[in-house]
Amino acid sequence: MNIIDMTISGLHAALKSKQLSSVEATKAMLERIETVEPQVGSFITVTADHALECAATADLRIASGRMDMLTGIPLAVKDIFLTEGIRTTCGSRILENFIPPYSATSYQNLRDSGAVLLGKLNQDEFAMGSSNESSAFGVCRNPWDTTRIPGGSSGGSAAAIAARQAIATLGTDTGGSIRQPASHCGCVGLKPTYGRVSRYGVIAYASSLDQVGPLTRDVTDNAIMLSALAGYDPKDSTSVDEPVPDYVSELAGGIKGLKIGLPKEYFIAGLDPDVQKTMDAVIETYRRLGAEFVEISLPHTDYAVATYYLIATAEASSNLARYDGVRFGHRAKEAAGLLDMYTKSRSEGFGAEVKRRIMLGTYALSSGYYDAYYVKAQKARTLIMNDFIKAFESVDVMLTPVAPTPAFKIGEKVNDPLQMYLSDIFTIPVNLAGTCAMSLPAGFSADGLPIGVQLIGKPFGEEVILRAGYAFEQATEWHKATAAL
Amino acid sequence: MKYQPVIGLEVHVQLLTDTKIFCGCSTKFGSEPNSQTCPVCLGLPGALPVLNKKVVEFAIKAGLSTNCSITPRSIFARKNYFYPDLPKGYQISQFEEPICQHGWLDIQLDGQEGKRIGITRIHMEEDAGKLVHGDLTGLDDNSGVDLNRACTPLLEVVSEPDLRSSDEAVSYLKQLHQIVTWLGLCDGNMEEGSFRCDANVSVMPVGSDTFGTRAEIKNVNSFKFVKQAIEYEIQRQIDLIEDGGTVVQETRLFDPNSGRTRSMRSKEEAHDYRYFPDPDLVPLVICDEWVERSRTELPELPEQCRKRFVSQLGLTEYDAEVLTANRPLAEFFEAGVAAHGNAKAVANWTMGEITRSLNDSGTSIRECPVTPQLLAELLKLIDEGTISGKIAKTVFDEMWRSGKAPQLIVEEQGLVQVSDGGAIESIIDEIMAANAGQVEEYRGGKEKVFGFFVGQVMKVSKGKANPAVVNELLLKKLKG
Ligand SMILES: [Zn+2]
Repeated sequence: MNIIDMTISGLHAALKSKQLSSVEATKAMLERIETVEPQVGSFITVTADHALECAATADLRIASGRMDMLTGIPLAVKDIFLTEGIRTTCGSRILENFIPPYSATSYQNLRDSGAVLLGKLNQDEFAMGSSNESSAFGVCRNPWDTTRIPGGSSGGSAAAIAARQAIATLGTDTGGSIRQPASHCGCVGLKPTYGRVSRYGVIAYASSLDQVGPLTRDVTDNAIMLSALAGYDPKDSTSVDEPVPDYVSELAGGIKGLKIGLPKEYFIAGLDPDVQKTMDAVIETYRRLGAEFVEISLPHTDYAVATYYLIATAEASSNLARYDGVRFGHRAKEAAGLLDMYTKSRSEGFGAEVKRRIMLGTYALSSGYYDAYYVKAQKARTLIMNDFIKAFESVDVMLTPVAPTPAFKIGEKVNDPLQMYLSDIFTIPVNLAGTCAMSLPAGFSADGLPIGVQLIGKPFGEEVILRAGYAFEQATEWHKATAAL
Repeated sequence: MKYQPVIGLEVHVQLLTDTKIFCGCSTKFGSEPNSQTCPVCLGLPGALPVLNKKVVEFAIKAGLSTNCSITPRSIFARKNYFYPDLPKGYQISQFEEPICQHGWLDIQLDGQEGKRIGITRIHMEEDAGKLVHGDLTGLDDNSGVDLNRACTPLLEVVSEPDLRSSDEAVSYLKQLHQIVTWLGLCDGNMEEGSFRCDANVSVMPVGSDTFGTRAEIKNVNSFKFVKQAIEYEIQRQIDLIEDGGTVVQETRLFDPNSGRTRSMRSKEEAHDYRYFPDPDLVPLVICDEWVERSRTELPELPEQCRKRFVSQLGLTEYDAEVLTANRPLAEFFEAGVAAHGNAKAVANWTMGEITRSLNDSGTSIRECPVTPQLLAELLKLIDEGTISGKIAKTVFDEMWRSGKAPQLIVEEQGLVQVSDGGAIESIIDEIMAANAGQVEEYRGGKEKVFGFFVGQVMKVSKGKANPAVVNELLLKKLKG
C-alpha cells in the first residue's frame, strides 16, 4: 500500500514492525504535498525541515521502544493552533508574520505523543466561513472537484486528507467547521463535547462554541486522535475534568438495540435529493445492523442560525479586539496618532467577512440593543439546549444530514452571506447545545461529490457515536474511496 | 438657595496577592518592564484566563468585613474598550452578579451622630498595564507599554450615594482604607495607586429628594485631595446652577496642583463598554462553607479592637483610636500590655517615644528595634524605682540605638537611681553650704528657689537621684 493512502493504525503497524521509518513516511507525505499542493492549496505553511526533524526523533523513540499510537505519524494542523516558533496566521493578513512563543495544549499533546507536524493548514480567516474562501492565503480546492469549495472553516484540514497530503489533521468547529468540510471532502470529522478538549492556545473565534477535533480517514483513526486530545487542562477554565474513556477499545461493541433519533425538523422540504437519498440508505444500513429508529423533535431548530450569528459574532467582536497593532500582528505604517493606527491596522489586516462579523457582534452588544439581541439569543440558546436534553431522554444518538447540499462551486455564495450561513443549518445547533457530533462519509452525489451524515451524541458520549460510526464503516466502503487527484 | 451635596465613592483596592488574578505571574513592583508577563497577561492569541483562588478569598474577606452578603454564583464580564495598556482590548471585571453586595460601614464624625453608609457592591477585576512616555532608551518620541501591572488583582468597592459632605466622604474612605490594610488585603499606598478613589458628586436643593446630575471625578490619590476635589466640585456645581447653568454628566479630572477639577470627557464621549459575560470563565460558585470558613479566619476588625481597648484596658477613646490606626501598631501595643500589664503606661510610651522615634527614623513598627518585650522591661525598671522616668528616656534612646536590653544599659552606664537618703543628704548639705544666699532667700519666703535646689541636686547626682527622695529631704533641710 502507498504510504500516502495509509491510516494512522496502518502506518502505526508498519512503523512498529520496522517495515517503514517515520522519516520515510514523512518524506512521502512531503513529496505528495509538493505534487498536489498547486491544485489543492490545503496548506498555508509547509514545515518540511521541522517535519523531518520530528520524524528523526520519532524514529529514535520507536527504536527505544517507547512508542505511542501517534509516534512518527505525519499530521497537519489548522493554522488556528499556536505552534511555538512556527508561524501561525489563522488565515488572516493581520497575523501574517506572527510567530507564537508558546503552543496550544491540543497540538502539544500530539507532539508529546511523537506525532510529526507537516505544516499549518488553510482555513477561513479566523475560522469565519463555510467555504475556506475568506482565507487571506489563497483558495483551497475540493480534491474531488477542484472547481468546488472544500467546506470551511477547516477547509484545509479536510482537503489535506482527501488529497492524501496528511494522514490525519486537526481542526476546530464553532458552527460546523470540522463536520461540514469533512462531509464535503469525504473524511471522518469529529466535534467533541464542549470542554472535552482544551482550547488553550487555539485562536478564539467564539469562545463558548469553539471546540478542537480530529479529521481522519476512518473512525478508528478518529478514536486514536481523540484519545490523545481529550482531557482536562488546568489552563482552560472551561475544560471539564471528566474521565476519558478508551475510545479505541470501545469501538467494536456493536450497535444492536441502539436507539437513533431522527429529528423531523432536519428533514426539510428542499433538501438536496442526493443528500436525501444518502440519508435513506444510511437509515437502511443501520436498521439492518440492529438499530431502532425514533422520530424526535427539536422544536427550536429554526432559531439556531440566528442565535448562532448573534452569540458567535458578539464573542468574536471582543475576542478580536486584541489585534490592534500594538504588541503583535500587522501594524499600519504612517498612522497619524493612536486612533488612526488602530483603524488603519485593523482595516488593512482583516478581511471582509471578519469585518462583517465584528460589526454584527459589536452591534449586538451595544447599549440599547444588548437585551434585544444578545440576551435574547442566550435565551434561545437555552431553549435549543433543552431541546437536545429532552430528545436524548428517548434516544442514544441522532442521525441527520451534515449539510443541505454537497460542496458548492467556488465563488457561488461569496456575495450572498445569508445563503452561506444557511449551509451550517444542521451543524450549528450542536455547538449551541455544547454536545458532540461526527460527520461520517456515507455516499456520493450524482456528480461524484462526497456526502456525509451526522451522528449527534449526548454530552461526553463520544464513544457512543464513534461506535455507531465504526459499525457503519464496517458495513460500508464509502470511507475507502479516494479522490482521483 | 441652600444646596445639599450628594456623594458616592468608587474605590479601587490593589490586592497583595503574590500572583496575578488570571495567570501565575508575580505581582512584584518595580521590575524590568514586561519582565513579569506571560501569554495570558500579554493578551496573546489563544491564551485563556484562570482565576486565582486567593483573590476570591481576599474578596470574601473584604465583603464580610464591610457587612456585605457574598453572592453564591458570581459572574465575570468583559468590559470592552481599546487602549494600548489594555492588551486584550477588554478588561475582565464583574458587572451583573458581583461577588459582594449590599454592605455598609458606620462612620462617626466629631460631635455628630453615627451614620451608616451603604456599600452597593464589591467586585473583582484585573488592572491594566501602563504607558511610559518619552525618555526611554531606544524609543525616541514613542510611547512604551509596560504590562507588568496588567492582570494584577483589584477590588472595586462602590458606595451608595449616601455621603453628604467631603468630611463624611473622607471618614468613610479612611475607614475602608483601615479595614483593607488591617486585613492585609492591600498595602494602602495611595500615592502609588494601591488604593485609589473616584468620586461621584452632585448637588440638589436642600429638602429635594431628586439627585442632581453628577460628575465623576477621577485621579484623587490622597485623603487631602479627596476632600479638596469634592469641595471644589460642590462649589463649582453650585456656582454653575446659581449662574443659571446646568450641570452636565461628565468625567472630570482632579488637578492636585491647582486644586480644581476639569472636564475629561462628556457623556456623549463616554465609552459603550459592551459588557457581557466572559465565556472563557465559568461562573464562580461560592458555597456557604467557604464563606463561613472565611468568617472564622477573619481577625478582630479595627472597630471591635478599638472598643475592646476602651472597655477592657481602660484606655480613653482617643488613645484607643490612635493605637488602632493600623494592625501592627495595635499588635505592638497588645504585646506590650501582655508583657507588662499597665495598659496606660504602655499606651503612653507607644504613642510617645516609640511613635516619635519611628517617625524620626522613618522606620515601620514591624522593624521597631525596641520590641514590646524590651519596652515592658524598661517600664518595669521604672516601676521598681531602679531608674527614674527621666533616666528611662535616656535608656530608651540607647535601646533604640543599640538594641540592648534596658537592664544591661542601666548597669553598663551606672544609671541606677539613688534612693539612699544618706547619700542624697550629703549632696544636699554640700549644695546648701555652697549656696547660703539662696538658702536665705528660700527661708525668707521665696519658695521658687526650691526648684533651683532640685536642679542642683540632680546635676550633681547626674540625674540619678530619686526625685521623690530629693523632694522630701530638701523640704526638710531647707525648712531647717
Ligand atoms: Zn501573566
